[in-house]
Amino acid sequence: MNAISHERDAGARGRLRFPGLPVAGLAGASFKHDHLDAILADRRQAMFFEVHAENYMGAGGPPHRALEQIRRDHPVSLHGVCMSIGGPQPLDRDHLDRFRALVARYEPALVSEHLAWSTHETTYFNDLLPVPYTEATLARVCEHIEAVQDAIGRSILLENPSTYVAFASSTMSETDFIRAIARHTGCGLLLDINNVFVSATNHDFAAIDYLADFPLSKVGEIHLAGHAEQRDDEGARLLIDSHDGPVADAVWKLYEIVISRCGPIPTLIEWDSRIPDWPVLRAEAAAAQAILDRSAAVHGASSNHAA
Amino acid sequence: MRPDHCAQRREPAFAAAFASGLLDPSRATPPDVVGPRGGAATKRYNVYRNNVMVSLTDALAAIYPAVQRITGVAFFRVMARFHIRATPPTSPLLFEYGRAFPAFIERYEQAQDMPWLADTARIERAWLDAYHAADAPPLSPDALGAIPADRLGDLVFELHPATRIVRSPYPAVAIFAMNRAAGPVTPLQSDAAEDALVTRPEMDVMVRHLPPGGATFLAHLIQGETLERAAAAAFAETSSFDLAANVAGMLEAGVFATIDIGDET
Repeated sequence: MNAISHERDAGARGRLRFPGLPVAGLAGASFKHDHLDAILADRRQAMFFEVHAENYMGAGGPPHRALEQIRRDHPVSLHGVCMSIGGPQPLDRDHLDRFRALVARYEPALVSEHLAWSTHETTYFNDLLPVPYTEATLARVCEHIEAVQDAIGRSILLENPSTYVAFASSTMSETDFIRAIARHTGCGLLLDINNVFVSATNHDFAAIDYLADFPLSKVGEIHLAGHAEQRDDEGARLLIDSHDGPVADAVWKLYEIVISRCGPIPTLIEWDSRIPDWPVLRAEAAAAQAILDRSAAVHGASSNHAA
Repeated sequence: MRPDHCAQRREPAFAAAFASGLLDPSRATPPDVVGPRGGAATKRYNVYRNNVMVSLTDALAAIYPAVQRITGVAFFRVMARFHIRATPPTSPLLFEYGRAFPAFIERYEQAQDMPWLADTARIERAWLDAYHAADAPPLSPDALGAIPADRLGDLVFELHPATRIVRSPYPAVAIFAMNRAAGPVTPLQSDAAEDALVTRPEMDVMVRHLPPGGATFLAHLIQGETLERAAAAAFAETSSFDLAANVAGMLEAGVFATIDIGDET
């Protein structure tokens, strides 16, 4: 057979090589395609970008093209949303393979997933659903995290959830559960301070007590985000982790406390819905960067990002 | 009483109980689910129900924006809710969701007076498939020039990964294009059938309508038949089939990735 063809597979075009950009001491923002041109034009900022892994699991096209462009100039955080680590059923092997391929392709500075589940039997619910905290669920979550870490050949950061309900069957606190996971699996933690604030309000505990009990030494990334407010069955305030607005003042205050204790931990502004123009999101990230920079000065300037 | 044993039994059950009511409003709040100090949690559980339904409805609206523009938001969201309950996603990749939605629209009683709506949806689904398809340079329009004239009939084409055809007895391409564009929607001047050709030669998805016989011609090429046999099938369908114009248009649209000269041995 005579073939007349262009070189056309990814191998022939050559896999892109990305620089090993450090994420230490940096603030970052959720990457949204609508911001791509503004980000590329705005070359002065040193920051990282976080993407939801599932949005880059197609074969090709504009999503990969955009992420390649971002990854050339910035550290990237790969944030998995649907591994369903907290569910009782085995992880989806195909999904795990796709996740592994993304880690290999983009060499992200940070890799994270959620303490939650989203698939039951064959149905994918597209929400981060809550987990009862028991010895049995602990064992299952640890198995799943080990499976992910074995697949990608590195440890992940596990994110604390925001929840609207508790389970009568839970036998341990969320912080004890998370501490045990980190100890058993060696994973790091992604501390979402907005989630702490949302859950504290929703379950009537003090966010500051939760943070005092949280294994802060394992935290490799922080999330900050906006939330919305509703009322529950008894008329009490119920906060919704909506990621659709600026970070609340109370969350900024908790963040300053955490950073003053821990030093400059990479910090993401999450904004996933009612997305503002790029300068608004950039300013929110710059506010986090200012807090990180003050902390870096106090902690002996361990941060090595470009000013 | 052995607590460990109880925990083992309870562990798989929590997800089944919690999941059961997420898409089914007739189900009660799972008994294990509580608010602070063990209080009632129906409104709280409903936050999850709402998150699931709203996020999946938004996912369908993102895949089918022209359909939503045609029906209006309220109509679309009701129709989407029926579909989501009947056919929830089975993959965490939401850009793969909604493949059964066009067929659902076709059967949906409230949409019977819009018989072209399902084909408009099929073009939108093909658009998204083309958007996420593997990258490949399209076959150059000059490539045929290198083929000796007496071998042209034996050519076999390999499709570009993004290429899709949607056949419609309605002017579905015009309806799709008008409702995907920013400008106002005006009454269509034609009710002619339109077959859609969806391609993505580089990063931009293109939707154009195929000339007479084009869909049949291309469908035969997709099946691996030679240029000569595909052209014969198209001529059999319509004597107005213009081979040169079809091939030129398809090359320009980036329909193909490679060509092979058929093996004579």
